Formats: sequence, structure tokens, C-alpha cells
Amino acid sequence: MDIREAQLPRPAAASAMPKEVLRVPRRFRPRNGKGPPKQIKDVHYGDRNFYYLLRFGAFATIALLLAIGIQVGCLAWPAFQKFGFGFIFETDWDPVNQMFGALPFLHGTVVSALLAVFIAAPISVGVALFLNEVVPRRIASVIGFLVEMLAAIPSVVYGLWGIFVLAPFLRTTVQPWLATHFGFLPFFKGPAYGVGMLAAGLILAIMIAPTIAAISREVFKAIPDTQREAALGLGATRWEMIQLAVVKSSTTGILGAVVLGLGRALGETMAVTMVIGNRHDMSLSLFAPAQTMASLIANEYTEATGDLHLSALAAVGIVLFGVSFVINFLARLLVWNVERGKPREAR
Amino acid sequence: MIVRDTLASHDFRRKITHHVAMVTLFLMACAAILPLGFVFFYVVEQGAPAINWDFFTKLPAPVGETGGGFANALAGSALLIFMASLIGIPWGVSAGVYLSEYGRGRVAKILRFSIDILASVPSIIVGIFTYAMLVMPLKRFSAIAGAVSLAVIMIPVIARTTEELLKLVPSHIREAGLGLGLPRWKVTLRIVLRGSMNGIMTGVMLAIARVAGETAPLLFTALSNRFWSLKIDQPIASLPVQIYNYAISPYEDWHRQAWAAAFVLVVLVLSLNLTTRLILRRVDGKTR
Amino acid sequence: MSGIVANPYILEVEKLNAWFGQNHAVKAIDLNVVPHTVTALIGPSGCGKSTFLRCLNRLHEEVPGARVSGQVMLQGDNIYDPGKDPVAVRRQIGMVFQKANPFPALSVYGNVAVGLTLAGIRKRSILDEVVERSLRHAALWDEVKDKLKAPGTSLSGGQQQRLCIARALAVSPPVLLMDEPTSALDPISTAKIEELVLELKKEVTVIMVTHNMQQAARVSDWTAFFLLGESVEFAETRKLFTTPQDSRTEQYITGRFG
Repeated sequence: MDIREAQLPRPAAASAMPKEVLRVPRRFRPRNGKGPPKQIKDVHYGDRNFYYLLRFGAFATIALLLAIGIQVGCLAWPAFQKFGFGFIFETDWDPVNQMFGALPFLHGTVVSALLAVFIAAPISVGVALFLNEVVPRRIASVIGFLVEMLAAIPSVVYGLWGIFVLAPFLRTTVQPWLATHFGFLPFFKGPAYGVGMLAAGLILAIMIAPTIAAISREVFKAIPDTQREAALGLGATRWEMIQLAVVKSSTTGILGAVVLGLGRALGETMAVTMVIGNRHDMSLSLFAPAQTMASLIANEYTEATGDLHLSALAAVGIVLFGVSFVINFLARLLVWNVERGKPREAR
Repeated sequence: MIVRDTLASHDFRRKITHHVAMVTLFLMACAAILPLGFVFFYVVEQGAPAINWDFFTKLPAPVGETGGGFANALAGSALLIFMASLIGIPWGVSAGVYLSEYGRGRVAKILRFSIDILASVPSIIVGIFTYAMLVMPLKRFSAIAGAVSLAVIMIPVIARTTEELLKLVPSHIREAGLGLGLPRWKVTLRIVLRGSMNGIMTGVMLAIARVAGETAPLLFTALSNRFWSLKIDQPIASLPVQIYNYAISPYEDWHRQAWAAAFVLVVLVLSLNLTTRLILRRVDGKTR
Repeated sequence: MSGIVANPYILEVEKLNAWFGQNHAVKAIDLNVVPHTVTALIGPSGCGKSTFLRCLNRLHEEVPGARVSGQVMLQGDNIYDPGKDPVAVRRQIGMVFQKANPFPALSVYGNVAVGLTLAGIRKRSILDEVVERSLRHAALWDEVKDKLKAPGTSLSGGQQQRLCIARALAVSPPVLLMDEPTSALDPISTAKIEELVLELKKEVTVIMVTHNMQQAARVSDWTAFFLLGESVEFAETRKLFTTPQDSRTEQYITGRFG
């Protein structure tokens, strides 16, 4: 027995306990090594039932996740059987002729999400730095509070605003400006509808900015003040201190925050559906209307013509689930350390 | 000394860089905060004037006619949230309690992972799942299907908050209960859970705020209903779905009503969030 | 670096006061520091010695709600002049903190050179020379010369603290402040750093806060006894410890209170 074991508290001697507690009901007595799990220290009925009840709830939750995967997978299976997994790379989505290819929607999802992250990430990290390092604590917590509150606005309300405010604004002001000054780039070609990839990307950016900012702030808060003092003590300006003590040490955390934002953008449905224009086309231009995997499902599910159509939609759902899973998993890995570092009550 | 002189001569440039950086950060903060505020104030500006007594009491008017209200959608949302809570709260709380009380084993690790994944499943996929589980076998869209999909979204939120809050309860409180001779399950339920009730309620409120605005999963589970219906095996109207339907319609009056509904939804969601943050602050203050 | 100065003191503190909001932490301190000496600041915890130290490199004002009044003349120049940039002041007065805080994102080399790289000096030859010189002065060169690229935090506790000393020395400040530099270290590392401080005073003037009276007696030439924000007595170390003038000083050093 090594020295660490010797220091563990020893259980009270069995003879010190009253006989009533010690009497173990027959069906709970250990049988040849099988029997009650070792975690149950006493055999009070209530505790056993409570434990099993909770364990049931736990397993049910795990089962729920598996059920989602299985149910959607089963629904999608006919489509995968008919078209193979390569249907992700096919471009024809033609319910009339029962041809289904998911590439335009994969393109739409990925491009709109990346555009959102491209716009939101620098701004959100900037906000997080501004609130945490520049502004006095009290003002920062008020502003942070307000931003988190506004982040709770539902997707469909953003979509409503997008249709009636953002899209017309893009159509009448922003897109013509972009076309005149940057029209030579392939990203800004084509007629200005207002709705389209640009609108979707912008609205997603507004929606994911609070997420990225909040997590980045947590990352920055986790850096001990003594690092900041070390930089200031060397005669660094505040900006140099921020670069040296804060940003350089939190690149992993910031990356995690950005990837989490990406994950959110991939899964967003309503706001995107309402402003993306619903055209099954792939185009380099940001002005072009498009369709994401989520918006496709939202638009066509209730009007699916036939089982194969429905199955194809579910298959698109599987692809969306897969992409979202991978990105969120990656984000968890990156942000894991920050979350583990948060102070917890000792147990 | 060479080093000393060079240090001094770079001073001015460093100062300028610092000031430029500070201004940039400020502009970034504006760029992030202003659009959010702008959306909020636009909703208030458009929605508040459109609120009237009719909105809360009348049913939707026939297509193309003006007037009518959101009475069925409001009632429908209330019913959906109620049913979703009946399923989601006990489920989520039990998962959260399991994690905090027995959270060391392999099952707990898998559970935590599953909850994280569940939380990140796109809500429309939850809709497909519920469609496959409830709509297809019963061959009809129903309120119960909508409620189930909302419950699936609520469960990870409630489980996480419950676990976080129960973990905040210091171990000496549990030990005091055990020391009094109470069995572990009574200690957990009566002492630990009751003490964290505030926090758990806030978790529930946050979950409700989240699902109150969820539209995607309802699109093909609860569908929608132009008439008054509180039957759980029939399609049912809901606030966010009606907003969506009205928003994409070509009718001016419906757009106006959509703004009004959006205003109501935003007020509901924000007040729930505000209440939870305020309560959480007090909880935090108490345990420190 | 030791040049002839018209002024016999390198640092003259006149009526220095410091507040944390309403809390008057440092009360009207007058102190003159002789160049190339080690001055120790002793006193019970909470008596304001660390706060006082932080006023000397204008770090105290970084705390929200903090305020300073009075003047601190560094070689005749008041660092609290309205036009003075605190950043420039901190380059002249280096600081070593209680817990070693090397930058984890920089290597050993990078940590020592950071004072220079911040100022825009990129030339490899200059940096190499300064890094080696600083590490030698901090008695760390032999131990790390083969692992200059390792992260700053990969060294042991005592080595990390010497790394921080090297980092502060790299910009050749005339004055080095040390805030309880050995309180978090084991006795062997402590002894090494005390030895180092005695060597350092040939190059810089050291002002050191310590809660350990014996350390002050071992290492310093001058000692100031702080109590409740005031400087009760300031004298040559030997005189303060053998014939203290103030009864409070005597009570403290004989252990009547701590």
C-alpha cells in the first residue's frame, strides 16, 4: 500500500453501526461477485431506487441522442441507397424527375457560415478585448449583459427584420455601391436582389457575434492579472500589454470561440431561410440567391412530393448533422481547457 | 547607451500604435453592439403601435382580409411550451442531478458528451426526428409532436444548468444532511435540490425562453392552424410559426401583424432572460 | 552605468501619498535611496509597503480608483510630472513580482528579449548579446543556455524568477524594484536569489519589499520599517536592527507583533 493510500480516510468499523442498518435484504446480497454496483455504500431502499431512477434518466438521454441519429438515418436510408453517398457532390435537385443532389446546399451552408464567421470573428474578438481590457469593469459588465440579452432574440425575428429592413437596404444602397466600386470581382456580380448570400451572411454574423464575444471574454478573464502586470512593468503600452499578455496566450481559446460561432451559424435555420432567396444555384457571387441545407429542409419538407423526396431531404439533414457535429466537437476540444479552468466549489 | 537611445526613439511610434488600436477596438465594439440594438429598437418601433386588443383576442381573418389577431397562436404556443416542459423538465433535471451526484464514472462522461451534442443538434434535425417518430406513425401533424420536439431542445439546457448549480452547493451541506442520519436520496431532494431551486428555476426559464422562439422544428410537427384548436392530436398554431407564415406572405396587413407578434415574442423572451440573469446574480452572490 | 551624478541619491521620494479609493494606504512617505545599494522595506502585512513600491514605477495607478500624490525624483527628474508618460517611467524602473510571471507564449530567449522587441529592436546580434548578458547577470545563463527556445514556463520556480529578473535587467534600468521576490520559493532558490541581489547592486540599485526580517538583515544596506502606511524608521540596516530609534521598530524586530 503506497503512502497515498495510507492517507485516505478509513471507513468506520462495521461493528459500530446499529444492526438495523446492517441487515441486508436478501435480494440485495452479493451473489458470486454479481450484485449491487459498488457505488452504493448503504442499502437503504430509497437510495437504491433513487439511483436507478436517475440512472434511467441518464441512459434515456444518451438513448435519445442515438435515437435521433437512427431515426433520421433510417428515414434517409432509401435516398442513400439510391444515390450513394456521392449524392453530396451532385448538383441536380429535381423533385419532378426524382433526381437529388445536395451540392448546392452544402455550398450554401458552408459559404454563408464562413462569410458570417469572416465578418463576425474579428469584430467579436475586438469587442471582447474592448470590454475586458479597456473599459472599466462596471461598464463592461453592463454592456456585456445587454449584449447577451439581445443575443436571445429568436431567429425568426431576425429573419423578419432581415426581409423588411436588411434586404431592401442591401438592394438599394449597399449592393449598388459594391457593384460600382468592386464589380470587377466575381463576388459582386449579378443583379442586386437584396436577398441572397450576402444578406444571409450578414444576418448570421449579427447572430453569432455575441456567442464568439462571450466565450472570448471568458478566455480573457481566465488570464491571471499578474501576466498583465508583468507586461506593464516592462514599460509596455496598454495595447502592447494586450497583445503580449492576453492575445498571445489565448489563441487556442479564441479559435475555439470562433469555431463555436461557426457551429451556430451552420445550424441556423429561420433567419437564413427568410433572406437567402431560395434558389437552388451555386454561384461565386455574394449577390446571388442561394439555399442552405437547413433552409432547403424548412422550405420543402411539408411539400415533399413522394417518399424519395422526403428521404432525400432527410439525407441532407444527415449531412447537416454530420457537419455540425464535427465542427462542434472541434470547438469543444479547443475550449475544453478554458471551461475546466473555471473555479468550482471543492467537493 | 545604444540600446537606451533606440528604446527612446521608438516611443512616439508605439504611442501612436496604441492610440490607433484603442480607437479600432472601440469601433469594433460599436460595430458589434449597434446592429443588435438597431434590430431591437426596430422591432419595438414597428411592433408596439400594431398591438391592439384584437391582436390578443381575435383569430386570424380569412386570407386576404385585414384584421384578425393571434389568439390561437398565443394559446397554441402556451400549450406547446406547457407540454414540452412536462416532458423536458423532469428529464433534464434528473440527468443534471445524476451528473452532479454520481458524475465520476464512465456513464457520466458519455452522458456529458451526449448532452453537449444534443445541445448543438440543429433544431430542424430535431424536427425531422420527431416527424419520423410521431408524425409518420400517427399519420398526422399534431401538437404533441411539436411539444416533443421542443422538449428535446429543452433537455440539454436544463440538464446543464441543473448540473452547474448543484455543483455549486458546497459539500458540507450534503455532509450535514447525511450526518443527521438522512438517506442520500432525501439529502439530495430535500436539501440540495431545494436549496438550488432558484437556480434551477432560472435554468427552466432560460429553456422556455429558448423554445418560445423556436420555429424550425414546429414547421413539420405541429404545423400550423388557422383556427382555434387546443387538441393535442391536431395541428396547432404557434407564435413563431405564424410570424414566419405572415412574414413571407404578400399581404401588408399580415406583415403589420407579424411585427406585432415579433414584439410580443421579443418582450416575452427578453423579460424571461432578464429575470434569470437577475436571479442568477443573487444566487452567485449568496454562495460566494 | 555608475557615472558621476551631481545628486547623491538616485531616488528621492517626497511626501508620497497613495489611496485605493477612500482607503489611504500610503501616508506622506519621505525616502532617499543611495545608488548601488539594496534598500529593504519591512513591516507587517497590509502596512502599505507593496503599495509604496508600486508607486515608484507608477504601477499603482493602473488599479481602478487608485490615486497618488507627491513626487518621486529619479535622478532629479520627477516621474509624476504631469507631462510624463508612465510607460517611459516603467522602462527606467524595472520590477520583479512576488510570483514569477514569465510569458507562457514566449520562449526563454523571447522572455528576456521582450523589453527590447517591444521597443522595436529586431537586430539579432543586439538581442543575442543583451539576452546573454542579462541571463549571466541573473545567474541563469549556464542553466538555460541550451534551452533558450523552450517556453518560459518550462523552468523550475526558482529559475522562472531569475528569468523574470533577467527580463527586467535586459532594458538596463538604473533601479530595480522587487516585491517579495523569494516568498514563493524554496530555501535553496531563495539563497541563490539573495546571492544574486548582492551581485546585482554593482549594476543597479535595488529596492526590495520583504516580509522576512532575516532576509532584510542578510541582503540590504538600508532598511525602512513601514507600519500602517507610514515609514516609521529608515536607517542603515545594521543600525536599524541593533539600535532602532523608534519603539515600534524595536517591538517589530523583536517579534512582539507581526
